[in-house]
Amino acid sequence: MVSPNNHYTTKSEGVTINFITPEGDKKTIIANKGESIMDISHTHDDIELECACEGSLACSTCHVIVDPEYYKKLEEPTDEENDMLDLAFGLTETSRLGCQIVMEKDLDGITVTLPSATRNVQLKGSKLS
Amino acid sequence: YHMLKEHPSSLVDMYEALPMPFGLVRYGVAPDHPEVKNVQNRFDEVARDARFTFIGNVKFSKELKIADLKSHYDAIVLSYGASQDKRLNIKNEDDSIRNVFSARTFVGWYNGLPQHRDLQPDLTCSDSAIIIGHGNVALDVARILLTDIDELSKTDITEYALGYLRKSRIRNVTLIGRRGPLQVSFTAKELREMMHLPNTRFHTDTELVKTELSANAELISQNRPLKRLMQILESGTSKTVGEKSWSLKFLRSPVEFITRDSSDPSQPKFIKAVKFHINKLEGPPDNRIAVSTSVIEEIETSLVFKSVGYKSTPVEGLPFDEKKGLVPNVKGKVLDKNGNEFPGLYVSGWLKRGPQGVIATTMYDAFETAEIIMSDIQQNKPMLSDTIDNCPKMGAEAVIPILHERGIRTVSYDDWKKIEEKEFEVGRRKHKPREKYSRVEEVLGILDK
Repeated sequence: MVSPNNHYTTKSEGVTINFITPEGDKKTIIANKGESIMDISHTHDDIELECACEGSLACSTCHVIVDPEYYKKLEEPTDEENDMLDLAFGLTETSRLGCQIVMEKDLDGITVTLPSATRNVQLKGSKLS
Repeated sequence: YHMLKEHPSSLVDMYEALPMPFGLVRYGVAPDHPEVKNVQNRFDEVARDARFTFIGNVKFSKELKIADLKSHYDAIVLSYGASQDKRLNIKNEDDSIRNVFSARTFVGWYNGLPQHRDLQPDLTCSDSAIIIGHGNVALDVARILLTDIDELSKTDITEYALGYLRKSRIRNVTLIGRRGPLQVSFTAKELREMMHLPNTRFHTDTELVKTELSANAELISQNRPLKRLMQILESGTSKTVGEKSWSLKFLRSPVEFITRDSSDPSQPKFIKAVKFHINKLEGPPDNRIAVSTSVIEEIETSLVFKSVGYKSTPVEGLPFDEKKGLVPNVKGKVLDKNGNEFPGLYVSGWLKRGPQGVIATTMYDAFETAEIIMSDIQQNKPMLSDTIDNCPKMGAEAVIPILHERGIRTVSYDDWKKIEEKEFEVGRRKHKPREKYSRVEEVLGILDK
């Protein structure tokens, strides 16, 4: 079975991930195991997720909101990831950085929401060095 | 980036004062935070787009004004940030006192900013330094002063700064802020790094920290970033071993710089101590203000850094809000003094919102400005007028010849890539990611060889 991006992915290797865009549209992608959400956004033009620091836990631009069911299945974020999540706009109880979520069998069917980026809220007093 | 992606027929020109692009990503981010600089790769992608033109070595407002640009562009986005220091508003603040520096100047110095190349800080006259301010920039300065030199020598810190730091006698750094532990501006990652500095003790007013934490327990529990930050602060009180030290002092506002008596009146005096008055906190828990008491404290020091924030500079032809220190705007669309939209003028970044926020914040802010521009185009809102016979605007094609006529040696992105290649080359020989050129004349000299 050839997925829309010409990755040869058999049903047994592929894992399904659903993205909800800030506009509310749902996009379903069949990803490969071992791909992070950041990787997936790089190979799929219709998934717009910024990854300014390229997955090095130095920013929060790949912030996604995970559906509660699957959030439980993820490994606890490290201090470093939590430090960056602290700075993310619209942080929720099930927020994670997309570069840290790696697709595996047990995440088959996961849904992540891309948060809306426009805001009027000021980030009070912090300046990343 | 956003404009080119969402409005493919647009052409974007970027005018930059230095021959080198990237601004604070190159000159503000600490040398030991290379991951933060990865965003340069995104900038590089944008710069290589055929619709984008980089024009470096042009000092906006001096060599190029808004009036010059109006007839050649449909829209102008001002994104020149905040290059002035906020004032301490103390007696002898403007006196030229040796070894009193703005933190931003020191950071610029070790990062190779040409303007501050010759700072010549004296890091040998004592073992202690004071930093006035409790933000991430203050922590950066402290960390660079206390980091093992062998670690620093592997970064892109400039070679000349490394030379000074190798000879540095500074072993103790005290960060002094006007309010309390809950009002600090620095964030978790940076505080954690300080607590992990090898061979470095941490000192603070532990009684005050305890009192503030318990008195504000509810507020803290409802604020995730604050809660985590306070946990790191508390954990630091156990760091009692080490030859070096860093300290956090609270509730002190500077009043005066005390200088050494000097036998030579023609030379600027050297710093000897800083006089502070002690504050108490008043007001609601989520908006505590510092109110001075009559108690004075003098702290001896021979090296002072001021790190209390920045403000933007007004330029001709651009409305400016002196009080807030930014350009009046709505989502990036500039407003004139009557609150009306100024056709074709936009702002983005610190000039738009004030000098706060991380790369992510500034990025989303930039997207917002781009969205407004595109929405204005779609709604056919008036842009910059002054068209010559209704011809389409020519942008850099028209402006670069004007700049050349004025004797300005503009630098293209290809020029920059040549310079960067040399920076990588020299860096490789020294086992550093790059060795930055820190003099504009040197860079231009290489290009004109």
